[in-house]
Amino acid sequence: MSANLNTALPLEYQTEQNRMNILGFWIFLGAEIILFATLFATYSVLSTRFAGGPTQNDLFEIKGVMTETILLLTSSFTCGLAIYEMHRGNKKGLLTWMIITLLLGAGFVGLEINEFITYVHEGATMQTSAFLSSFFVLLGTHGLHVSMGIGWAVMVMIQIVKRGLTPVTARKAFIIGLYWHFLDVVWIFIFTFVYLKGMVS
Amino acid sequence: MGIKWDKFFITGDPLILGSQIAILLTMIGIVALVTYLKKWKWLWREWFTTVDHKRIGIMYILMGVLMFFRGGVDGLLMKAQTATADGKLLDAQHYNEVFTTHGVIMILFMAMPLLIGIMNVIIPLQIGARDVAFPQLNALSFWLTFSGAMLFNISFVIGGSPDAGWTAYFPLAGKEFTPGIGNNFYAVAIQIAGIGTLMTGINFIVTVLKMRVKGMTLMKMPMFTWTSFITSIIIVASFPILTVALALMTFDRIFGTHFFTLGGGGLDMMWVNLFWLWGHPEVYIVVLPAFGMFSEVISTFSRKMLFGYKSMVFSIVGIAFLSMLVWVHHFFTMGAGPAVNSIFSITTMMIAIPTGVKIFNWLFTMRKGRIQFTTAMLWALAFVPCFIIGGTTGVMLAMGAADYQYHNSLFLVAHFHYVLIPGVVFAVFAGLYYWWPKMFGHMLNEKLGKLHFWFFVIGFNMTFLPMFFLGLDGAVRRSYTYSAETGFGPLMLVSAIGAGILAIGFGFLCYNIYWSARYADRNISSDPWDARTLEWATASPAPFYNFAKLPEVKSLDAFWYMKKNNDGLELRENEIKEIHMPSNSGLPIIMAIVFGIAGFFLIFEWKIAALVAALGIIAGLIVRSFDYNDGFHVPVDEIKATEKAWRKVDKEVKDHVS
Repeated sequence: MSANLNTALPLEYQTEQNRMNILGFWIFLGAEIILFATLFATYSVLSTRFAGGPTQNDLFEIKGVMTETILLLTSSFTCGLAIYEMHRGNKKGLLTWMIITLLLGAGFVGLEINEFITYVHEGATMQTSAFLSSFFVLLGTHGLHVSMGIGWAVMVMIQIVKRGLTPVTARKAFIIGLYWHFLDVVWIFIFTFVYLKGMVS
Repeated sequence: MGIKWDKFFITGDPLILGSQIAILLTMIGIVALVTYLKKWKWLWREWFTTVDHKRIGIMYILMGVLMFFRGGVDGLLMKAQTATADGKLLDAQHYNEVFTTHGVIMILFMAMPLLIGIMNVIIPLQIGARDVAFPQLNALSFWLTFSGAMLFNISFVIGGSPDAGWTAYFPLAGKEFTPGIGNNFYAVAIQIAGIGTLMTGINFIVTVLKMRVKGMTLMKMPMFTWTSFITSIIIVASFPILTVALALMTFDRIFGTHFFTLGGGGLDMMWVNLFWLWGHPEVYIVVLPAFGMFSEVISTFSRKMLFGYKSMVFSIVGIAFLSMLVWVHHFFTMGAGPAVNSIFSITTMMIAIPTGVKIFNWLFTMRKGRIQFTTAMLWALAFVPCFIIGGTTGVMLAMGAADYQYHNSLFLVAHFHYVLIPGVVFAVFAGLYYWWPKMFGHMLNEKLGKLHFWFFVIGFNMTFLPMFFLGLDGAVRRSYTYSAETGFGPLMLVSAIGAGILAIGFGFLCYNIYWSARYADRNISSDPWDARTLEWATASPAPFYNFAKLPEVKSLDAFWYMKKNNDGLELRENEIKEIHMPSNSGLPIIMAIVFGIAGFFLIFEWKIAALVAALGIIAGLIVRSFDYNDGFHVPVDEIKATEKAWRKVDKEVKDHVS
C-alpha cells in the first residue's frame, strides 16, 4: 500500500494501490455487464407484450436515435484522445478532450430525455405496457449511468486542475475513461437490439 | 399515493405492542448505558469509523448473532404455532409475516454477515496482507448491510412486515394482491444490503488476486481463502441480477410498471426466474466459505494436510460454474416442459459430483489422522452425516418428475434446512470456536461449547427429521394450521420440541460468549491449536497491522512448515520497518445512514423526500472523490513494543490443546 513508484509504467499504473483500483474497477464493470445483461434479458422477454399499447414501430424514429448514437460514439473516441493526451503528459489536451467528451455526452442525454418526453406525450409511459416498462428501465438505467458519468468526470477534472497530473489523478481519469467506453458498448447493444431490431420487426 | 399516517405504527396486536415497548426500552437502555459509561467517543473512534478488516469482521459477526436471535424467534413462533393441530398462537397474516422475515433474515442477515464477517477477519491474515484492497469500501459494505438489516427489521413495528414469503413470488408480492407497504421493505432493504455485498465481492477478489504474500501462488492458498475467493466471484456474477430483480419489483410496486403484474402484459414467472438466477448461486455463496472453514478445521484437528487439495479446488470451481445453471429446479412445476426440466434435473444432479468429491476428501483427511475432538472439530464431524442427508434428499428433489410430489411440501423445507444448517450454521460455529482466540485473544469455553454442540445438533435433527416424513405425508409448507384429522400432530409436536432444544443450544453459545469474555484465560498462545495457516503466525488478537514482518510462503500449510523447520518465525530488530496503514473514516457510516433514510422514504412512497435524501448519497460520493487522505505510518518503536509484548508471552505459554 505504500507509495512505491514504478516509473517504468504508465502514470496510472505506478502505485500498487492504483493497480488494485484499476483491477477492482474492471471487476465492477463485470458486475455492470451482468446488470445490463439482466435488463436486456428482461427487455427481450417483454418486448412483444404491448397490452394494446404502442409497438416499437409506432414509436421509434431513426433520425433522433441515429443522432444520439453518433454523439455517444464520437464521445467515446474523444475520450480515447483525452487518455492519449494524458499519457503524453499533456494536461491541457486531456482537459480539452474531456470537456468535448462531456459536451457530447450531455447532448446525448438531452436528446434521450427529449425522446422520452415525446413518447410520454404520445401516451407511451412506463405504466402503459410491459414492453414500455422494460424499454424505459433499460434505457433509463443507461441514461442515468451516462449522467452520473458526466458528474463524476467533472469532479475528476476539478481535481486534475487543482492537483495536476499525479498517479492518483491519472488513475481517476483512466477509470472514468474505462467507464465511458463501457457505456458506449452498452449503447451499441441498445441501438442494435432495441432500436434496429424493433424497427425491422 | 403515500401511506396513511394511522397505518404508520402497527397497532392492535398485543404481541407486537409488547415488542414495540421492549424495543423502545432496549434502545433507551443502550443509549443510557453508553452515555453513562462515557463510551460514545470510544465507539465512534474505535468501531464506527474503523477501516480495520478485523474489527469490521467482528461487527459483521455481532450483527449475524443478533440476527440469528431475531430469525430464531421467528422460527420458534412458527414451531409453537404448528406444535398442535389448530394452533391459536398466530393468525394467518402474522404467520405469513413470520415465515417471510425468518427466511430473509436467516439467509441475508444471519448467514451472509457471519460468513462475510469471518472472511473479513481471516482472509487478509491467511494471505499475509495488512488489510483488504479497499479498506474504506469494506467499511461501507458493512454499514450498508447493517443499514439494510435495520431497515428490514423495523418493518415489524413500523409499517408492517413483508408477508409474501422470502421468495416474494409475483403476482402475490405485487401491489394488486399485497397492497400494504410490507413488501416495499423487502424490495428496498434487501437492495441496500445487496449493494454492500456486491462491493464486498469486488473487494475480496482484488484482495486475493493482488495482496497475497510473497511465495503464495494460487495453488498454495489455504482452502478457506480459495472458497472465499470463488464465493466472491459468484457474488459479483449473481448479485447484479438481484439488484435488477429488486429494482423492477420496486418499479412495479411504487411506480406502477408492468414487469411482473398480471395486467399490462407483465409476466409473473419472470420474477421467479430472476429471483432464482440469483437465489441459487446464493446458496453456494453461503455454502462455499463454510466448506472452506470445515477444510481448515478438519485438517488442523486431524494433524494432516488436507487430502486432495487440487481436487478440492477443481470441485469448488465446478460447483461455482454449475451453480449458475440450475435455477429452474426451484420451479419445475412452472410447466416449462419435459425437455427443459430434464436439462435442469441433470445439471442439478451433476452438482452432487464435486460435492461428493469434497465429502470424500474430508473423510480421507481424517483417515489415519490423530483426531482431536475439540468443539470446532465436533461441528465438522456432525456436519458430514447431516449434510449427506440434505444432499441425498436434494438429489431426490432434483428429479423433475418426482419433484411434482415433493414440491411445496415440508419435505422440501426439511431438505434445505438439512443443507443450510449443517452446511452453513455448523461451519460458522466451527469457525467461531476455531478462530475466536485470533479475534479476541481468549478461547471460548470448551465445556460450554460441547453443551452447545450436543443440544444444537440433537435439537436440529429432532426438528427437521420429522419434517421429511410430514412432507411425504402431504403436509405443505407455509400453512399456518392443520386439522387433527390429518394425523400430523405427533410429528409436528416432536419437531416443535426439537426446536426448543435447538434454541437451548443457541442459548449456550450466547452464554459461552459472555462467560468466556469475562472469565476465560488470557494467557494463551498465539497458536493455541497448533494450526497450519498464516493467520496463526501473528499475535492473538492480531495487531492492527497484522504482521510486523510479512512472512514468506514456500508450501501449502505454510505456517506448519515454518514451525517444523523453525524458519522465519523470529523477528530481528533490524527487520522492523515503518508500516503504512489506512486512516479511519466516518464517511461509510454516514453514507449508510443516508442510504437508510432514502430507503425509508422510498418504502413509504414519499418519492420527493427519497429523491432529496438520495442527493445526500451523491454528496457523500463527491466528498469521497475529493478525499486525498493517504493513511499514516506506524512508527518502528510502536511496532517493537507491540511485538515484544506478545512474543515474550509466547515462551511461557500453556498448551491448551488437550
